[in-house]
Amino acid sequence: MTNSLYDTPRFRPAGDRGILAEFGEGIDLSVNRKVRAAALILEQRPPVGIVEVIPTYRSLLIIYDPMQTVPEGIEQALLALEQDMDSSCIPPPKVVDIPVCYGGDFGPDIGFVAETHGLSVDEVIRIHSEPLYPIYMIGFTPGFPFLGGLAESLHTPRLETPRFHVPEGSVGIANNQTGVYPVASPGGWRLIGRTPLRLFAPERETPFLYTAGDLIRFVPIREGDYRRIAQEQGRPEE
Amino acid sequence: MKTFSVLTPGAYTTVQDAGRYGFQKMGVPVSGVLDPFAHAAANILVGNPPDRAVLEITVTGPKLEVLAACDVALCGGEFNITLNEEPVQCWSSFAVIPGDVIEVHQVKSGCRGYLAVTGGIDVPRVMGSRSTYAGGRIGGLAGRPLAPGDELPAAGGTRNTGPRAVPEELRPSHPEEISLLAIAGPQDDYFDEGLELLFSSSYMVTAKADRMGYRLKGPDIPIADGKPQSIVSEPSMPGGIQIPADRQPIVLLVEQTVGGYAKIATVISSDLSKVAQATPGDTVRFVRTSMEEAHRLVREQHDKLRALARLLA
Repeated sequence: MTNSLYDTPRFRPAGDRGILAEFGEGIDLSVNRKVRAAALILEQRPPVGIVEVIPTYRSLLIIYDPMQTVPEGIEQALLALEQDMDSSCIPPPKVVDIPVCYGGDFGPDIGFVAETHGLSVDEVIRIHSEPLYPIYMIGFTPGFPFLGGLAESLHTPRLETPRFHVPEGSVGIANNQTGVYPVASPGGWRLIGRTPLRLFAPERETPFLYTAGDLIRFVPIREGDYRRIAQEQGRPEE
Repeated sequence: MKTFSVLTPGAYTTVQDAGRYGFQKMGVPVSGVLDPFAHAAANILVGNPPDRAVLEITVTGPKLEVLAACDVALCGGEFNITLNEEPVQCWSSFAVIPGDVIEVHQVKSGCRGYLAVTGGIDVPRVMGSRSTYAGGRIGGLAGRPLAPGDELPAAGGTRNTGPRAVPEELRPSHPEEISLLAIAGPQDDYFDEGLELLFSSSYMVTAKADRMGYRLKGPDIPIADGKPQSIVSEPSMPGGIQIPADRQPIVLLVEQTVGGYAKIATVISSDLSKVAQATPGDTVRFVRTSMEEAHRLVREQHDKLRALARLLA
């Protein structure tokens, strides 16, 4: 396998308040770990003038205050911190179990996914709930995780016409990706189930249950369990 | 302190402050005011620190019944405003008492107004900010635009001793032909003649223009030969000029987090106020500038607001 990590980060200007630092090519766990290590070290030892850092697949956006610093200052600070940036500064990943009621009204597309691959619905559920999915990044809507590791036997194209309303908690598949919608939004993913958990609860002390780098496991549950957990979570009926 | 009762909400009126920082890595966009200069000026007029929460008004404003005495000011686009059906001026503060009715009519030029009140709009902070992010249903009033019957609290505090106004020379104009300074990148290397086209063409603002971004219409911007049609998803900054599959540019704004299309250039932060005040049908031209010039303009805008605060103190 070719190593897609860059020897040293490459910088791109993102306007007069942002710098994008790229750590390698493509979607790759070792590149992504480097991005997260850089984000953590900048959060722990922030150079003057840093407002916020946003890690994604292979790039880190550093937002700065131009009244306090210049881009060159931030680039130099990041390069100076780089030797300390190894996997040791990344906390061990948390495994987060997400209960999912598959199929039925909660997963209207599970039949399509099964037929596409010549599988039974039960096989789709078994294959989908087996892996520990790494979270590469979070974005699109609050808490929406971009996951790696979907089994090839479940890769399924998006809907041709996106749904106007995808309910909160829906679990879906789009091509080689799987994910879950923490807030209701429009969306084109094939829906195979729904979690009763509130994945984004702004009033909760920790509004989110996971962060980039954690591992997600989908745990199949029955509809009765779904109703019970949804009630405990104070989720309205949808 | 309940300060306003909403009689009619206007086209799209939300509570906004300087934005919600620190949660973009969790997919929560920064939100906040689209026109930072008008936001700060309105707050200064009523004696507030420049970052207090205000009402962001879009095209047509609300009709508000006053429940508590306070000072009010509206900056940004030129709106017809009436107090008990008598005209009052934009870019100026005025005192109101319980029973008064403030009505912000349709905008005459520009697009958005910022209505500040003594002490600032005092809704609870959510994750550090009072800004409404309607897509995530958080902030502001129940995470949504104003609706009839809403009651808006304000923090109150020291009142103005008399009316204040922003001097004419500090007020921006809102021409229908807008020129926006932009810095090339982050993905300017994905374009060759596209870059030249962007900086030599005019674009029209389409009806698809909101807090997420402004879609423009004009010459197609082609991706250079041999470059992929999309990029690995990455975060975006307000002002980023994204070139999606249809090759028509979109100026990204404050309710965006990540995206998978290349951004050819980025509108400088001190020109984002001009984007906020652009309306469908307006013409936009992009003018290339340097990082140094952009930072000089950031300092200039900062100094302008400090001068205003001193002048009105």
